[in-house]
Amino acid sequence: MSEGHSTYTPKTGLGRWVDARMPLPRLVYDSFIAYPVPRNLNYAWTFGGILSIMLVAQILTGIVLAMHYISDTTLAFGSVEKIMRDVNSGWLLRYLHANGASFFFIAVYIHIFRGLYYGSYKAPRELLWILGCIIYLLMMATGFMGYVLPWGQMSFWGATVITGFFTAIPLVGDWIQQLLLGGFAVDNPTLNRFFALHYLLPFMIAGVVVLHIWALHVTGQNNPTGIDVKSKTDTVAFTPYATVKDALGMVVFLLVYAYFVFYIPNYLGHPDNYVLADPLKTPAHIVPEWYFLPFYAILRAITFNIGPIDSKLGGVLAMFGAIAVLFFVPWLDTSKVRSAVYRPWFRLFFWLFVADCILLGWLGSRPAEGAYVLMAQMGTLFYFAFFLVIMPVLGLVETPRRLPNSITEAVLEKNGGAGGQPAGVAAAPQSKG
Amino acid sequence: MSATEDTHDPNRRDFLYIATGMAGVVGAASVAWPFIDQMRPDASTLALSTIEVDISSLEPGMSLTAKWRGKPVFIRNRTQAEIDAAKAVKLEELKDPLARNANLASDAPATDEERSAGKERENWLVMIGVCTHLGCIPLGQQGDFGGWFCPCHGSHYDTAGRIRKGPAPENMAVPVFEFISDTKIRIG
Amino acid sequence: MKKILVSLAAAGLVIAGAFGAVAQEEGGEAAPTHFPLKAPREMSWSFAGPFGTYDRAQLQRGLKVYKEVCAACHSLEMVAFRTLEDLGYSGAQTAAFAAEYTIQDGPNDDGDMFDRPGKPSDYFPSPYPNVQAAAASNGGAPPPDLSLIAKARGIERGFPQFIFDIFTQYAESGPDYIHALLTGYNEEPPAGLEIPEGTYYNPYFNAGVSLKMPPPLSDGQVTYDDGSPETVEQYSQDVSAFLMWAAEPHLEARKKTGFRVVIFLLLFAGLMYLTKRKVWADVAH
Repeated sequence: MSEGHSTYTPKTGLGRWVDARMPLPRLVYDSFIAYPVPRNLNYAWTFGGILSIMLVAQILTGIVLAMHYISDTTLAFGSVEKIMRDVNSGWLLRYLHANGASFFFIAVYIHIFRGLYYGSYKAPRELLWILGCIIYLLMMATGFMGYVLPWGQMSFWGATVITGFFTAIPLVGDWIQQLLLGGFAVDNPTLNRFFALHYLLPFMIAGVVVLHIWALHVTGQNNPTGIDVKSKTDTVAFTPYATVKDALGMVVFLLVYAYFVFYIPNYLGHPDNYVLADPLKTPAHIVPEWYFLPFYAILRAITFNIGPIDSKLGGVLAMFGAIAVLFFVPWLDTSKVRSAVYRPWFRLFFWLFVADCILLGWLGSRPAEGAYVLMAQMGTLFYFAFFLVIMPVLGLVETPRRLPNSITEAVLEKNGGAGGQPAGVAAAPQSKG
Repeated sequence: MSATEDTHDPNRRDFLYIATGMAGVVGAASVAWPFIDQMRPDASTLALSTIEVDISSLEPGMSLTAKWRGKPVFIRNRTQAEIDAAKAVKLEELKDPLARNANLASDAPATDEERSAGKERENWLVMIGVCTHLGCIPLGQQGDFGGWFCPCHGSHYDTAGRIRKGPAPENMAVPVFEFISDTKIRIG
Repeated sequence: MKKILVSLAAAGLVIAGAFGAVAQEEGGEAAPTHFPLKAPREMSWSFAGPFGTYDRAQLQRGLKVYKEVCAACHSLEMVAFRTLEDLGYSGAQTAAFAAEYTIQDGPNDDGDMFDRPGKPSDYFPSPYPNVQAAAASNGGAPPPDLSLIAKARGIERGFPQFIFDIFTQYAESGPDYIHALLTGYNEEPPAGLEIPEGTYYNPYFNAGVSLKMPPPLSDGQVTYDDGSPETVEQYSQDVSAFLMWAAEPHLEARKKTGFRVVIFLLLFAGLMYLTKRKVWADVAH
C-alpha cells in the first residue's frame, strides 16, 4: 500500500527546499495524513494509538520521577515518599506513572486480543505480530523492574521470586541468578541495575514500536472483515478519519485512567509495597502485579514432575512457554479466513480463551492451595490447548461463513441490513480523497 | 443522520472543530504544568530556608561562614579600621552604588551603614559569599581594597563587600537577616 | 459489536459461576489459617468518596491520641512538623508543637552531637534510637512505623466486592482496618482457640489470631478539648483518620484536581464525539 507513489506536494518554497534535503514532512504526510486505512475499522483499532500515547506518558512521567528518585536501598523507599509528600505535584506524577503502567497493560491486552480475534497475525502480517510480541516482552521486563524501584516488601520479594526462576535452569541456573542480582540475594547492586535498565528499556520499546509501525504501514491495517483492501472505496484517509476516531478513543481511555489516578490510585497496587523491604521477612502472600497474574498461575500450576523435568523447572518452562507460544501463532493458525467474525467455532473458543485468561489471572492472586491448584491446572491446559490444538485443528475442520467480496460490500450490507444509508452516500469519500 | 444539513452549514462545523481543537490545546497545556512544577524547590527544601547562627565567639577581626540555601554566608565582625576605610569611600567612586541589601529598599545607596547590620551594629557585615560575576567564592581579607578577592576572574571587593575592581557587576548581596539576640542571627 | 458484547457477557457469567463456586468452598474452612478472622467494619469517613475532605478537628484529636498514646512505641518518621499546618494549626502553633520535642542534632564545631528543641523542618523523632532497640524493648518485633500504615494495611475484599469497589471508590481499607484493630480487643476468643502466651486475642489482626501489642486505648485516657466523647471508639476513629492523613497528606488536592480533570475530559470527550460524528458523517463504516 505505502509503496504506492507519494501524493505529497509541498506548497511553499521552504517546503520544497526541505523536501529536497530531508523529506520528513513528506514522511509524516504519507504515514499519518494521506495513509489509507480500511473504512470499517472499529474502536478496537484505536488501541494502537492509545498505546503510543501511554508509552509517551510513561516516558515523560518516568523521566521527571527519575529526577527525584534515588536508587539506593537505604534511600529508595524514602525518596519515593519524598516525591509523594514534598515534591511539587510529585504525588500526581507518581500516581500517573504507577497507574500508567497498569493502563499500558490494559491497552496492550485489548490490542493483543483484538489481533487474535480478527486474525491480524496472519500473512502477510507475521513480522508485525512478532514485533508486537517483542514489545510485550520488553514491557513485561520494564514493568517488573519498575515495580522493584520503590523498594517495598512486594518489590523485594517479587524480585526475589522472579530472579529465582532462573535457578530452575539445570547446571548454570545459580550462576545466572547471581549474574542478574549482582550478589547472592536482591540487594543494592540489583536495585541499581534495575533502575538503569528500567530507564533504558522504554526507549528500546519506542525503537521496536517504530519498526512495528513501519511493518504496519507496509502491509496496511487488517480490518474487522479480515479481507484485503481491494479498491480505493475500501479505504479512507488516515487524517481526518482515523485521527479523529483514535483521538476519541484516547480521550475516553484517559478518562478511565484519570478516574483511577485521582480517586483509587492504590486500587491496582498492593498494600505491602508501602512497607519498607525487609530481607528477613516474607509477606504472607506474594502476589505480582495484576498483569503478570495469569502467567504466575501457570507457573504455580505445575506441581508435578514431568519425566526428567522437576516441577520447579516445569513451572518456569510452562510460564515462559505461555509467552513464547505467542510468537508462533501466525503458523499455528491454519485457517484461510482471518477474522473470527466469519468463524463461528473459532469465535466461541476465542471467548473461552479470554475467560480462561481472566480465570488464570484471578487464580494467580489466590493462595496456591486446594481447589485453586486444580483449577489453575485446568486453565493452563486450556491455555496451551487453545494455541497448540484448537488453532491448528479448527482451521482445517471449520467451515467459515460466506465472506463478502470486499470491505465496501461488507459495510453496505451491514448498513443496508440496519436500514441505513443508500449506496450513494457510502461512495462519497472517494471525492474527498 | 444529520449528515446532509451539517455539510450545508460550514459555520457550525468550523465552530465545532475550533472548540475541540481549543479544548485539546487547553488540556495539553494543563498537563504540562506538573512537569514544570516538579522542578521547583520542594517543600522540605523550602522548610530549611531559615537558619540561626551563633556569633558569640566572633571577636572584632574574625569571620565565620555559615551555609544557607546551599550557599556560604560570610558573617564578619569588622575592626574599626575596616569600618573607617569603608566609610571613607565616596558613593560616586563605587562601581555599583546600590546597597543590594534585601532588608532595605531596592534603591538604598551603598553606604557603609546600609551595607552593614545598621547603626548600632555597624561592625557586623552579613552577606552571601558568592561573587556576583559568575558565582565563585571570594577569599577574605585579600585584594587591593583589603576586603574580598575572587580568584576566578579577579574581582576585588572592599571591606563592606562592595565591588571596586574587576568584572563583577554588583556588590555582594546581603540576605534577609535579623539579630534575635546579641549573639544570635537568623538568616532567611 | 452486539455479538461481541453478548459473548463477553456469556464469558463473564461462566467466570462468575466459577468464582462463586470457589468462594463458597472457602467459607467452609475450620482451622484459622487465613487472617484476619473477621473483616473490618466499614466506617463512614469524611475523606471517602469523590469530594472527601479531612475533618480538621478530627485530625487534631487524632494527633493528640498519637502523641499521647501511640508515640510511646511507634515512630512517625516520614511526617515533618511543618506539615501539621495541614491540620489547621498556624505556623506559630506548629513551631511551638515542634519545640516540645527534643531532636538530636550535630555534630557541632567540637564534633559532639547535641540536643536541641525541634524545629518545623524536623520530623517526628522515633521513640527508640534504632530498630534493634525497638525490637529488644518489644519482645523481638519492632513496632511498625506509622507514617504509611493506613496505606500499608488493607484487607482483601474478595470477589465480587473488589469489582464494586471500583465504582464506590472504596479506598479506606487502611483506616477501617486500624479502627477495627484498635476496637477489637474486647472480644472473647472462640472456645478451643489457643492464644500464645504474652499476646492478645484480636480477630481483626491481619497476621494471626493474636498480637503482641496490648490494648493501647482505654476510655478517658486522652483529654479532648472540644467536648468529643473520650471513648475508645472515638479515639480509634480519630487516630485512624489522622494516620490516613499522615499516609496521604495530599488526598484533598488529589480529589479536587481529579474532579476538574474528569469534568474536563468528559467535556472534551463530548466535543470529540461530535467532531468524530461530523467527520464520519459522509462515510458509511
